Formats: sequence, C-alpha cells, structure tokens
Amino acid sequence: MNTSTTPPSLLDVQDLRVHIRTERGTVTVVQGVALTVQANEVLCIVGESGSGKSVTMLSVMRLLDEKAVTYEGSIKFQGRELLDLPARQMRAVRGAGIAMIFQDPMTALNPVYRVGWQIAEQLRAHRNLSRRQARTETLRLLTAVGIGDPGRRIDNYPHELSGGLRQRVMIALALSCRPKILIADEPTTALDVTVQSQILQLIFDLRADTGMAVVLVTHDMGVVAEIADRVQVMYGGNVVEHGTTTDIFNDPHHPYTAGLLASIPRLDQPRPARLPSIAGTPASAGNIAPGCVFAARCPHRFDACSTQPELRTVGDAGHQVACHLDLTVADHRAVPVGDATGTEGTDLL
Amino acid sequence: MIRFLLSRVASTVGVLFALSVLVFLIFFAIPGIDPARQMAGRNPTPETLAAVRATFGLDKPLPVQYWRLMDHLLIKRDLVSYTNRGVKVVPELFAAAPVTLSLVLGAAVLWVGGSVLLGVIAAVWRNSIVDRLLMIGSLIAISIPVFWLGQVANLITQDRFHSWPVFSWIPPLGYTPITQDPVLWFKHMIIPWIVLAALYIGLYARIFRSSLIEAGHQDYVRTARSKGISEVRVVFRHTVRTSLGPFASLFALDFGVLVGGGALLAEVVFGLPGVGQLTFQSLAGLDLPVIMAAVLYGGALVVIMNAVVDVLYARLDPRVRMA
Repeated sequence: MNTSTTPPSLLDVQDLRVHIRTERGTVTVVQGVALTVQANEVLCIVGESGSGKSVTMLSVMRLLDEKAVTYEGSIKFQGRELLDLPARQMRAVRGAGIAMIFQDPMTALNPVYRVGWQIAEQLRAHRNLSRRQARTETLRLLTAVGIGDPGRRIDNYPHELSGGLRQRVMIALALSCRPKILIADEPTTALDVTVQSQILQLIFDLRADTGMAVVLVTHDMGVVAEIADRVQVMYGGNVVEHGTTTDIFNDPHHPYTAGLLASIPRLDQPRPARLPSIAGTPASAGNIAPGCVFAARCPHRFDACSTQPELRTVGDAGHQVACHLDLTVADHRAVPVGDATGTEGTDLL
Repeated sequence: MIRFLLSRVASTVGVLFALSVLVFLIFFAIPGIDPARQMAGRNPTPETLAAVRATFGLDKPLPVQYWRLMDHLLIKRDLVSYTNRGVKVVPELFAAAPVTLSLVLGAAVLWVGGSVLLGVIAAVWRNSIVDRLLMIGSLIAISIPVFWLGQVANLITQDRFHSWPVFSWIPPLGYTPITQDPVLWFKHMIIPWIVLAALYIGLYARIFRSSLIEAGHQDYVRTARSKGISEVRVVFRHTVRTSLGPFASLFALDFGVLVGGGALLAEVVFGLPGVGQLTFQSLAGLDLPVIMAAVLYGGALVVIMNAVVDVLYARLDPRVRMA
C-alpha cells in the first residue's frame, strides 16, 4: 500500500486479530484486518452487522474489555504501537489523539450529568484548563457544532435534548481535544432521516476545518459515495475489498461489494419491483468455515474457494481484493449475487 | 415543592390512621385478651374488674375507646401504660428513641461505607478470587442471625477474652447517653454497631456490586473511557454515581425500619433500652398503649423515609425531576 515515497500513515493497522473469550469458547471476531489512515482523509468502512467493523474500531481505541479479549497483530498510531502501550499512555491517546463517536447518542451520554460538564471533563483531562476556561471552551465547541443557544444548552441534561442535538454534543465532545483521527461508528443510524445528512455534513465540514482524518463506519452506501476518499469493505471479520471510492463504485471486484452496490436503488435505471439483496445470512463470528468467508453466499463459488484468498492488488495501486477470481462489472451483471425475487435474501440496508 | 410536601403529609396522616385502626382492632380481635384482668392483679373480684374497666374506659364501645386512646396519646400526651402503672408512654418512647438512633446511625455509617467499598472492589475485580471471597463472606454475613452474632461478640468481648488488652476497655453491656459521656457512649456502641452492620454490609455490597456491573456495560461508561479520563474517575464518577439510585432508596427504607424499632434483636442482645426493646416488652405484656405508640412511631418513620427516598431519587437522577 505505502510505497517508500509516501509518508508513514497516521494510523497503521496490520494483521489485526481479535479473540474474545466467551462462555462457549474463544471466538475470533476480527481475522487479520489491515487498515491505514492518512491525515485529513475520509476512510469509510462498510459491511453488514457482525462483519467486525465496530470491533476493529473499538480495538484501535482499546475499549474492549481486555479481561476477555486478546489482540494479535499491530496497531500503530503516529508510529507508536498502541497494543503495547501502558494504560496511562493509552489514556493520553484516547480523546486527544483518536476520538470516537458512537451510534446511539441517547445512551452514549451519561444521563445524570449536564452535557457541558461531560465535555469539560474531557477538556480538563487532557488540557490544563481551569473550570472557567473549560466552560468558555465548551461554549465555543457547542457553537462550532451548530447548537443554537449554547449558553442554555450547556446546562441541559442529555434527556432534555433531541437526538440530533445529542449527537452534536457527542461530536463537540469528540472534537474537544483536537484529535488527529475521528472514528465515527454509524453516527447517524439512530437518528431521524432528516437529521442524518446534517450530522454527516457537520462531520465533513469539521474535518475540512481541523485537518483531522475521519474513519466512518457505516452501512449506508449512499453516504459512502458522497463523502469517502477511500473505502474498505469488510465481511465476516475480514477485509474483502479496498480501494478509492471510484474503484469501489465503478469497478467492484469482490462479489460481496457488487452485492452491496446492487442493493442500492438507482436513479438512472428503471426501478425494480423489489430491491436485490444478497441471498443467505451474514457470516457470524465463530461460525465461519475455513476458506473464503463469503463462499457460502457467493454465486461464483468454485473449488479454490475452500482456501482463503489473500488480498491482492488489482488495477490501480491501492485497489485490493480478496477473491480467487478476477471478476469485472460485466461478470457481476451476468451473475448477480442475489435474486430480486428471492425469499431467502437478507435485506441489507 | 409545596404541593409535593402537602400531598406527602396527607398520605402520611392517612397511612398512620389506617395503621392505628388496624393495630387497635387486631388487639381487641385476639381472643382471650382482657386488659382489665391484667391490671387488676391476681384473683380479682368481679367488682374490682368492673372498677378497673370503668377507670380505663374499657366498658365503652370500641370507637370511643379508640378515640380516648388516641386523644391521650397524641393530644393530651399523658397516656399511661397498662402494665407499668403510672408510667407515661410518650416520655418513655422519647427516652428510648435516642438509644436506637445512636445504634442505627453508627451502624449505618459502617454499613454504607463498608458496602460501597466492598461492592466497588468486587465489581472492579469481578470473577477474581477477591470477588469470590467477598461474595462468600457477604453471604455468610447475611445468613448469620444478629442475635447469635451478638451473643458470640459478647462472649468474646465480655467474657472469655475480656482480660485481653484488645477487649478490656469494653464496658459492661448497657447504655450511656452521648451527652453524659461521649467516650463511654462510643465504647458501649462500637460492638453493637459492628454486629448490626455486618448483615447490611453483606446485603448492600452484593446489591451494589451487581448494579455496578450492570452500569459498567452501559454505553456512557464506554464513552467515558473513550474520553481518556482515569479508570478511577470512570468508576467513581460514572459507574458508581449512576448506581446509587437503588442503593439509596433501599438504604432509606431499611434505615427507617431500624430506627422505628426494627433493631430489636440487637437491642435485646446488647441490653440497649431502645425503641425495639420497648416494643418487644409491650408486645410480651400485651400493653396496648405502648404497642400503639411504638407502632405509630415506627410507621411514621417508614413513611417519612419513603418521602426522603423520593427526594433522594430526584437528586440522584435528573430524569425523575421532570415527572
């Protein structure tokens, strides 16, 4: 991915495996994921529920319960190995180096504290501010994320705010210590449709202002098309395809990527009676047969699929796919992954 | 706030009225109870019995008797005991109340402090050997009856090992008011405090542990960790703070019950002349005036503590304040 001329990545995850111990044995939910993030870019990670997107992101923050989790591989942030970092130094990275906003702002804020207090708590943890300075800074942040009447909102409790306002508060919180990377884990899933685009626009604008990188976890391909620089497609704890937004949308190689794209309604073609979906059910961690993770649902399945395909570069540099075949758009059209009338198909979006 | 207080006062009066009627009726519904026979001494003549009945108004209809009882108890405050002639009930109750309050307050300090500490330790290191030992210990503490533990404590500190320097400072069983000699008061109370608190520490540590673990899975605790604040702050500012609701409401109710006379076993074992002991004696002697006074006192405390719970809950959780 990185040739010798490009600067080292801000975030460089290599061969990350995450094993979680449960009562029914150890489950490997992330199986060798590689990921890089450059300054000021928007990387989108897409995939169905259970594909390991969120766990990968929580691993980067080391927010999983480490009594039950073992990591393998490497997560380097600004050249430092996060997986070896002692707790105290990891805390300095959280919030100040990498910040995260979560799916449901309803539950992500503590219900018993005023929102201003919750922002100021983070400010004072990383920056040497007095109470008064922290309050001034909090007001500035609330204004920056487009909250009207911040002087009143700062003293509201989370339950007194709407979902959209709460997510704005979460964004203000995440940005308060000027992180280099903002991880947004499905930040709009729990919001009203009308508010979703506002929140995404806000994240996009703030990225331009601050120069931070954004990693957006989503399963909304429409959002991806709009704001991503690069896209990483995950399935069953593996990266199955990776490339620029143009690569992924115009020249998808992996049948799963093609399936995801086929299930978006298109404005430039007649509307089908029912949107196509990918047949079968998503692979769940701990329930994955050896070989290619997508084999069970793949229409192009053949003998070689019993061995796991490595990510290999196709076409442009940086466009990688984990598939034994070299499929083109024409191949995907000829043999679609789903069937539009199928009853077994799992609706994706 | 005014409306809240008024409705609380009204419901308190209602509950206490119902309680007093119930106690009164149960007393007279129990077969074989004749207060006059008890008061009249051994082998009374029918004339003496009739005279006693007339003096105490026991020949009047029940509603009249109820009214006279309540009048003497609450308005004239000169109600006298059936069994100890001439002893006024209200002053007796108010003399016993500080003893119970001393016992329960001290024990409550130990049990809140102890159970929060042990609950946090067990939750933070959950499933570790420390957690297991604490939970087994707490189960033992819950299972041991307070009278047995009290007797064992007495056996050790008053008898077998009293000559040892660790226990020789402990005075004989009894009570000294704090106003009279604070040091002696403390020496009297320390063992009863520990014994009474043991059960509640066990119970509350378990409850607190499980609500801490539940709170630890909440999204906002993950958010707190993602902010890069210290783990101590995550636990105390976020997890503990939001787990206090059920703990505080349970505490207020238990506290009310104990102050209202529920610490009877501990009081009897340690020879403390408190409300529980008074209630116990009045029940044993079927002394209706004292029973009535003690029940109303205990009932009032429980109802008041219930109101305190509501206020506490609103203080602890801003979402409740709206309603």
